[in-house]
Amino acid sequence: MTTVAQHKIVLDVEHIRKDFPILSRKVNGKHLVYFDNAATSQKPQPVIDATNKYYSFENANIHRGVHTLSQEATSAYEVVREKVRAFINADKSYEIIFTKGTTDSINLVASTFGRTHVGEGDEVLISAMEHHSNIVPWQMLCEEKKAKLKVIPINENGELLMDEYKKLLSSKTKIVAVAHISNSLGTINPVKEIIALAHEKNIPVLIDGAQAIHHEKVDVQYLNCDFYVFSAHKMYGPTGVGVLYGKEELLNAMPPYQGGGDMIKTVTFEKTTYNELPHKFEAGTPNIAGGIAFGAAIDYINSLGVENISAYEHELTSYALQQLNNVPGIKFIGKAKERASVISFLLDNIHPYDAGVILDKMGIAVRTGHHCTQPLMDRFRIPGTVRASFSFYNTKEEVDTLVKGLHKVIDMFK
Amino acid sequence: MSIKEIEETIVEEFGYYDDWMGKYEFIIELGKSLPLIAEKYKTEENIIKGCQSRVWLHAEAEGDKIVFTADSDAIITKGLISLLIRVLSHQTPDEIINADLRFIDRIGLKEHLSPTRSNGLVSMIKQMKLYALALKTKML
Ligand SMILES: Cc1ncc(COP(=O)(O)O)c(C=O)c1O
Repeated sequence: MTTVAQHKIVLDVEHIRKDFPILSRKVNGKHLVYFDNAATSQKPQPVIDATNKYYSFENANIHRGVHTLSQEATSAYEVVREKVRAFINADKSYEIIFTKGTTDSINLVASTFGRTHVGEGDEVLISAMEHHSNIVPWQMLCEEKKAKLKVIPINENGELLMDEYKKLLSSKTKIVAVAHISNSLGTINPVKEIIALAHEKNIPVLIDGAQAIHHEKVDVQYLNCDFYVFSAHKMYGPTGVGVLYGKEELLNAMPPYQGGGDMIKTVTFEKTTYNELPHKFEAGTPNIAGGIAFGAAIDYINSLGVENISAYEHELTSYALQQLNNVPGIKFIGKAKERASVISFLLDNIHPYDAGVILDKMGIAVRTGHHCTQPLMDRFRIPGTVRASFSFYNTKEEVDTLVKGLHKVIDMFK
Repeated sequence: MSIKEIEETIVEEFGYYDDWMGKYEFIIELGKSLPLIAEKYKTEENIIKGCQSRVWLHAEAEGDKIVFTADSDAIITKGLISLLIRVLSHQTPDEIINADLRFIDRIGLKEHLSPTRSNGLVSMIKQMKLYALALKTKML
């Protein structure tokens, strides 16, 4: 946090907010305060316009037609692949596989790489703070293969126990899959170190970047991760689009995931030969409009600058932590030193659901519940939390509104 | 009192509040005063699935009527259940099964009937009706 905090903040948030039509909405008669960004972010006008424009003037199927529309749509879609490559600094654009989202990307890796590399008695290593998306696909794989799912434990602050991690890495470990940033605790995990340690034992690593990609600068070559996955909808883009980055060598060695159009080279009833990367993993007509709008989202983020976004969000989070700290009876769940703009908390013995309902009445959108991380909630022996997650379009005034709202909640349930 | 009569009384009570805050304060009060379910019925089996908060519901036949008791770890949920119990408890299975519970809409809490609310009001009503159906067949 210290290094970014020194970055001069150059975002004109008042202006930026005008790019997001939904932010001027009223909810229950109050100005919307949207603090559920970790679930999904709002969309700026250029993303909405790109979707609209595509369906209005550019719609055609891609990779198949010689006609002008099809060729235009194909290049518009493929340009986005290159944008994603540059955004995460991948080596080759064909290392970018388009999927439906983070969940889909993880399932792809578990079903292809997992099925071919994990056998009886082997181990898959995840962490105690994973989203269900990064638990269940591995669990299913382990059940099928009679392999074991191992879990890196965390401390009370919600940080990974790196010594335990080292001990868990063994010749039986076939893949490590951990979140870059926890969606429930906000913890930023030391992924570079995690990857380096696994690589010492030749174990590949998948990083679930769903919560990191829009908050921190991600460079997959610097991290040297084998797989990096994320969703467009959490980075101001459309739903139903996501990315699997994989190293060329690994992707080439993996069998295809789903069969269908686009992923083939030749098909006879006896034998099908598969297409090359990236198409080998992209069966069927993809979400073309979504892909193109995703490109607009990346342009938008780039126009603000990821470093600026990161610095602004860190400052806003520090401010929120300070202000929330004065709320009587507040208990933070997740107190990692390295943290992103996600704050989970409980208010004395007020149930998160009760707090959520009352905040909603005041136009404040927070998330309540287990945040798809039930094992993590069990670890802290709590039913769930209230979670406020911030984006660059949120303001200190909105944080103040939340604090006022929480005082009201406490008042009502006292 | 019949289900319809109780519903009318509740609608009247809620009529005193014209803003959400008053209404919710009232619901919270109801939640705090809900007679608790006997501890022995707070079992895994009696938990209603599909709620963000935990809800326990127990049903018992008393003559030709059904008596419900319930609890929840969230107070608003508890307040909502207490309304349901007031309306549906001590009624006959047929009356329970046929109750349309229009009062929920009339007191401005329709939003809680949306299946996505995950407060389980919908599952709760369904479960109460299922109990009524089950106990009815037993009573026959
Ligand atoms: C850390 C993490 N992993 C995975 C996911 C799943 O993403 P999606 O639902 O877009 O597939 C999420 C989204 O909530 C997340 O926060």
